[in-house]
Amino acid sequence: MAGLITALILLPIAGALFVGVARQNYARGIALGFNVLTAIAAFALWRDFDTAATGLQLVERHAWIPAIGAEYLVGIDGLSLLLVFLTSLIFPFAFLAQRAGRGFCALMLLMQAALYGTFTAQNFVLWFLFYEMSLIPAFLLIKIWGGENRDRAATKFFVYTFLGSVAMLLSFLGIYFARGTFDFAALANFGKTGLLTGNMAWLAFAGIFLGLAVKVPLFPFHTWLPDAYESAPVGVSMVLTGVLSKMGVYGFVRLLLPLFPREIQILGPWLLGLAVCSIVFSSLAAWAQTDLKRMVAYLSINHLGYCMLGLFAVTAPIARPLAEMQAALSGVFMQIVSHGITAAALFYYVGLLEQRRGLRGINDFGGLMQRTPLLCGWMSVAMFSSLGLPALNGFIGEFLIFKGSFPLAPWPTAVATLGLLFTAIVFLRAMQALFSGPLAESCSAFPDLKRSEKLIVVPVTLLMFALGIAPQFVFNIFNATVIQMTRLFA
Amino acid sequence: MTPWIVTNLWLIPAVPLAVSLLILAFAKSRRRPGAALAIIGQLAAFTLAVIAFLPTLEQPGWRAVHNFTWFTFGEQALRIGWVLDPLTAAMMVMITFVGLWIFIFSIGYMADDKNFTRFFAYLSFFSAAMLGVVIANNLLLLFVCWELVGLASYLLIGFWIHKPSAAAAAKKAFITTRLGDLGLFLGMLWLYSSSGTLLFYDGGNGCLEKAGLLALGASATFVALLIFSGAVGKSGQFPLHVWLPDAMEGPTPVSALIHAATMVAAGVFLVARVYPLFSLGEIDGVTPSLLVVVWIGVITALMASLIALAQSDIKRILAYSTVSQLGLMMVSLGVGGVAAGIMHLLAHGFFKALLFLGSGSVIHGCHHEQDIRTMGGLRRLMPITFVTYAIGMMTLSGVPLFFSGAWSKEEILHATLHWSRSPVPHYLMMAGVVLTALYMTRQMIYVFFGNPRAASAPAHESQSVMTVPLIVLALCSIGLSVVLTPAWPWLHDYLNGEAVHFDMGQLIQPMLFVSFALVAAGIGLGVLCYRKAGPIDPLAQTVPAFFRFLERKMWVDELYANTVVAGSAMFSRVSDWMDRRVWDGLVRGVAGIGQLFGIFSTTVDERGINAGVDESASGTRGLGRFMSGWHSGQVQTYMGAVAVGMVALLILYAWLA
Amino acid sequence: MSPTLSLFLIISAALFSIGLLAALSRRHAIFILIGIELMLAAANLNFIAFWRFGPQPQSPTGVMVAIFSIAIAAAEAAVGLALVIAVYRHYRTTSVDKLDQLKG
Repeated sequence: MAGLITALILLPIAGALFVGVARQNYARGIALGFNVLTAIAAFALWRDFDTAATGLQLVERHAWIPAIGAEYLVGIDGLSLLLVFLTSLIFPFAFLAQRAGRGFCALMLLMQAALYGTFTAQNFVLWFLFYEMSLIPAFLLIKIWGGENRDRAATKFFVYTFLGSVAMLLSFLGIYFARGTFDFAALANFGKTGLLTGNMAWLAFAGIFLGLAVKVPLFPFHTWLPDAYESAPVGVSMVLTGVLSKMGVYGFVRLLLPLFPREIQILGPWLLGLAVCSIVFSSLAAWAQTDLKRMVAYLSINHLGYCMLGLFAVTAPIARPLAEMQAALSGVFMQIVSHGITAAALFYYVGLLEQRRGLRGINDFGGLMQRTPLLCGWMSVAMFSSLGLPALNGFIGEFLIFKGSFPLAPWPTAVATLGLLFTAIVFLRAMQALFSGPLAESCSAFPDLKRSEKLIVVPVTLLMFALGIAPQFVFNIFNATVIQMTRLFA
Repeated sequence: MTPWIVTNLWLIPAVPLAVSLLILAFAKSRRRPGAALAIIGQLAAFTLAVIAFLPTLEQPGWRAVHNFTWFTFGEQALRIGWVLDPLTAAMMVMITFVGLWIFIFSIGYMADDKNFTRFFAYLSFFSAAMLGVVIANNLLLLFVCWELVGLASYLLIGFWIHKPSAAAAAKKAFITTRLGDLGLFLGMLWLYSSSGTLLFYDGGNGCLEKAGLLALGASATFVALLIFSGAVGKSGQFPLHVWLPDAMEGPTPVSALIHAATMVAAGVFLVARVYPLFSLGEIDGVTPSLLVVVWIGVITALMASLIALAQSDIKRILAYSTVSQLGLMMVSLGVGGVAAGIMHLLAHGFFKALLFLGSGSVIHGCHHEQDIRTMGGLRRLMPITFVTYAIGMMTLSGVPLFFSGAWSKEEILHATLHWSRSPVPHYLMMAGVVLTALYMTRQMIYVFFGNPRAASAPAHESQSVMTVPLIVLALCSIGLSVVLTPAWPWLHDYLNGEAVHFDMGQLIQPMLFVSFALVAAGIGLGVLCYRKAGPIDPLAQTVPAFFRFLERKMWVDELYANTVVAGSAMFSRVSDWMDRRVWDGLVRGVAGIGQLFGIFSTTVDERGINAGVDESASGTRGLGRFMSGWHSGQVQTYMGAVAVGMVALLILYAWLA
Repeated sequence: MSPTLSLFLIISAALFSIGLLAALSRRHAIFILIGIELMLAAANLNFIAFWRFGPQPQSPTGVMVAIFSIAIAAAEAAVGLALVIAVYRHYRTTSVDKLDQLKG
C-alpha cells in the first residue's frame, strides 16, 4: 500500500496535535491510542514487506527542493523495519511508565514521528531534518520534566549532540558539492570506489564520524550520556536508551560504513580500540556508580559498544570472510533490538523503585526480596538479560557479535569479553545491595507490583524470553538486508 | 532405526523445567502440591532417563544424535541438537536418581522454611539445566545450559537471601565461575571459527569428529585450554576453587545437589565430552593441554585435602573434600583415564550426596549448628545417620572391596601409574588417598564418637523422610561397586564403548593391597591423633603455624581480595574518575575554550566595535546638541545672524574688489 | 554742495542701519515692524537715488518701483500687525523673547 510510511510518520504528529487540544487527563490515553495506530501501521508495513527481497521497498519519492538535491524519499529495508518496530514497541512502554501531561505527551509524540522519519528517510536532507527534529523534543523533555541538574544535563546533551550534527551537516555539504547528490543509495555507490579524494575525504569522514559517535555514543564522546539519562524523567530515559541511541548505530550502518570503506579500513585498529574502550571502561565505570540510573546509563554505553565492535570488525579488517561478517552484522542488529528492550525495562524498574522510595541510590534499599518478591523477580530477569545470560534476549546478539568479530579481530574481541565479566559484577552487586540482606527500615512499606504494573512487566519479560529462545522471527526481518550489506562490504 | 527417545531427549530437561515454572506460577503458597509436583517431575525425568539408558546397552559405543536448526542468520544456520551415548545416559541416570532422593530429603530438611515451594522450583530448575548440559550435542547449547546451571546455583546458594553472607557467597560463586566461563566462551568462539561448527557429532562433520579436528589443527591446544578454564571455574579447580567452600551458605540439600550430583561434575563432564580436543595430536597420551589438566588436578587435589584437615565446619570439610575429589578426576582425565574419571564422578555423585545429606541430617538434629567441635557422641543419638554416614565416609576414603569409591579410585591410581610422562602424580595421588582417609576419620570422630558436647546433647534422629534417602544412597554407594570391579568392569567398558568381559582372576590386583595399606594408614593415623582430641585440634598443638595456614585456606581468599578484586575495584574507580575528570574534563575544556572565545569576542564587541560606534553616535549627538543651542527660536537672533553675514559678505566683496 | 549719489546712499545706509538696529534690538513686535518699515524706506530711497543718478533719468521707473514698494510695505504692515495680534491672542504677549517656537 502506497503512502504507508508517510502515514506512519504523520500519525504521531497528528497525535501530538490532538493531545495539544485535549484535556490534561486524557493526554496519555490519546497518546497511547495513537501508538496503537502506529503499531497497526508498523504491522501493515511488515505485511507488505517482502523479507526475501533485497534493497529498499515501499519507496515513496516526491520532488521537494530540486535546487539542492533534496527529495522526499522514504523507503525501508530490513534494518529500517526492525527499528520501526523497536520504536513502536518502546514508546507505548515509555508512556505507560510514568504520569504524563499534555505537553509531555505531545513532545514525546513529536519525537516518535521524528524517529520514524529518521529510520525511513533515504535522502540526507530529509534524514537530517528528522534527525534534528528528534533532538529538540528530547532537549525540552529533559529540561522541563527532568530531575536534579536538569538544566545542565539538557544543555550538555543538546550542545554536544548538536555540535556533532553540525559537523555532519558540513561534511555532507562537502560531499554534495563534490558529487551532487544527497541520495543514500547513490552515495553508497560512489563509496565503493572512493567518495572523495585526498584530505577532503578525511575531513568529511571526521565530521560524520564525530556526529554519529556522539550520538551512539562511542568512547570518549560519551560523557553527555550519564548526565542526560540520569536527569531525564523515566519515560524519556527509556526512549533515549531504547531508541534514540540506535539512531547513531543506524547512522553508522547506513552512512559511514558504505560511504567511507577505505577510511574505516585504514583507521580500523583505532576504531576497534575505541569500541573496546567503550565496552571495558563503561562497564568498569558502571561498577563505581551508586546511583542506579547512572549505573544503567553506563551499561547502556557498554552494550552499544558491542554493536560498535561488531560493526568495526565487519569493516575494518582486510580479509573478510562472508560468513563471519554476516554473523557479526546479524548480531549487531539483534543487539539493537534486545538492548532497546532490556535497557528500557531496566530504566522502568529503576523508575518503579524510585517511585516507591523517592531515592534511587544503590544503598537506599535493602532486603527487598522479603517485601516485594515479584518486583525483585521480574527485575532480576531484566538484569540477567542485560548481563547476557543465555535463554534471554541479551545473549543471542552478543554471541553472534563475538562469534563474528573473533575471527575478524581476535584480540579486541578477547579483551571485550572482559565487559561481560564486569557487567555481571555490576548487576550482581546491585542485586546483592537491593534484594538481599535484612529488610531496610525505609523499604518496609513498599507495595509489591500492582496489577497495572504487572500488565506491563509480563509481556515485556515474555518478549525477552521469546527473543532469547526462538529468535528466528527477528532474524527473518533483516536476513536479506544482512546478506546484501555484507556483499556490499566484502 | 533411532529410538523414539533420541528425538525426544529434550523432554528430560523439559519436564523439570516445566515443573519449576508451574510451581513458581501457580503453587507458590501451596506447600504440599508444590513439593509433590517437583518430586513427580523428577521421577518422570528419572523414568525418561532410564528409557534413554536402555538403547545405549544394545551395543558397545552406541551413539545417536538429533540435530536441528535453531535459527538462521545471514546465509548460515546455527544448528544445535542432543546426543545420546553412554556418557550422557550414565550421567542422566545418576543426576535424576540422586536428585530425586535429594528432593525427597528436602521435604524434611526445609519443612520449616517460609519459601518452601520456591526452593523446590529452584531445585527443579537446577536439575533441568544440568540435564541440558548433559544431553547437549553442541557446545553452544552446552554453554547455554552451563550458564543456566550457574544461575540456578546462584539462586540456590543465595536462597536464604536475608543472610548477607549467603548473598555474598552466591555472588562470589556466580562471578568466579563466570570468570572461567569467559575462557569457555572464547574457546567456543575459536572452535566455531576454525572448525565452522559447534556440533559435537554430526555424521562425521562435527567438531569432535575427524573432519572438524583436522580443520582445527594446531589451535586445538588453545581451544582446549580455554574450554578447560570453564571447567576449572565450574568444578572448583585451583585457582578458581574459592567459591566452592563459600557456597556452603546455601541450604544443605543444595550443597548436596551442587557439590555431589551435578554442578561441580559439569566441569569434569565437559572435559570428558570434548576430550578429542584435548587429546588431539597426542604423543604417548600426552598433549600440552592434558599436561595442564593433570597438574591443575594434582595441585587442587592435594591443596584441598590439606585444607580440609584444618576446617571445623562440617560442610566445609565436605566441600574441600569435593574439591580434592574433583582434582582427582581431572588428573584421571589428564592421564588418559577418561572412563576412570567418569566412573569416579558417578560414584562420587552417590556417596558425596550421601555425605552431604548425612551432614544435613546432623545439622538438622543439632539445630543448625555446623561446628564439629561442638558435636560428638551422635553415634548413639542418631544411629541411622551414623551408619549411613560411616558408609559414605568409607566409600570416600576408599576402603576396599565393598565400597564403590575404592574401585573407581583404584582405577584412577592405575591410570596415573601408566602415565608416560612422570610418576609424580601417581605418588601425590597416593598421598591424597591417605589425607582423605585422615580428614574423614577426624570428622567422624569429632561428630559421632566421644561424648556429646554442647550442640549435640539435645540431638535426635531425623524423621524418616530424611533417613530413607540416606539409606537408599548408602545402599547405592555399596551396590555400585558391582559394576566397577576389575573382574567385571561393566561401567568402564560401557563408557569406553568396549565389549564387557568377565574375568574373576582380575579382581585381586596388586594395587588393591597398596590402596588398602594407604587407607589403613590414613584411618589408623586419624584414630591415633583424634581419639582423645580436646577442643584444640592436635594438629594445631603440634604445628600451630601450619594449622593456621590451612585453617585460613592458605590465604588464597585474602590474596585474591587484595590483588584481583581490589585491583579491579580500583580500576572501576579509576574509570569513573577518568570519566568525570578526564573525559568530561576534556569536553568541559573544549567547551571552556569555546567560552573563552565567546568572552574574547564579547570584549572586542563591547570595548572595540561598540565603543567606536557609540563614540561616533554620541559625538553626533553632542554636535547636534551644540548646534541646536544656536537655534534659539528667536527670529531676531536669526535676523542678526543674517545681518552679520551680510556685513561679512560686504567686507569680503570690498576686499576682493 | 550739490546732492550726489553717495550722499543719498549714505543717508539710505544710515536709515537701513537704524531700521536694522530697531528690528534686531527691540523686544516689542510693533517696534520690530517699525524697524522693518524703516529698512524698506531705506530701500525705496536707494531705488529713487539710483534712478535719479542712473543712465535713464527720463522714464519714471524708479518712482514706479518705489510706489510699488510702498504699497507692498503697506500690505506687509497690515499682515504684520495682524500676525502680531494673532500672536498676542495666542501667547498673551507681544514680546518676541517669548516666541521661541522655532527653537530646535
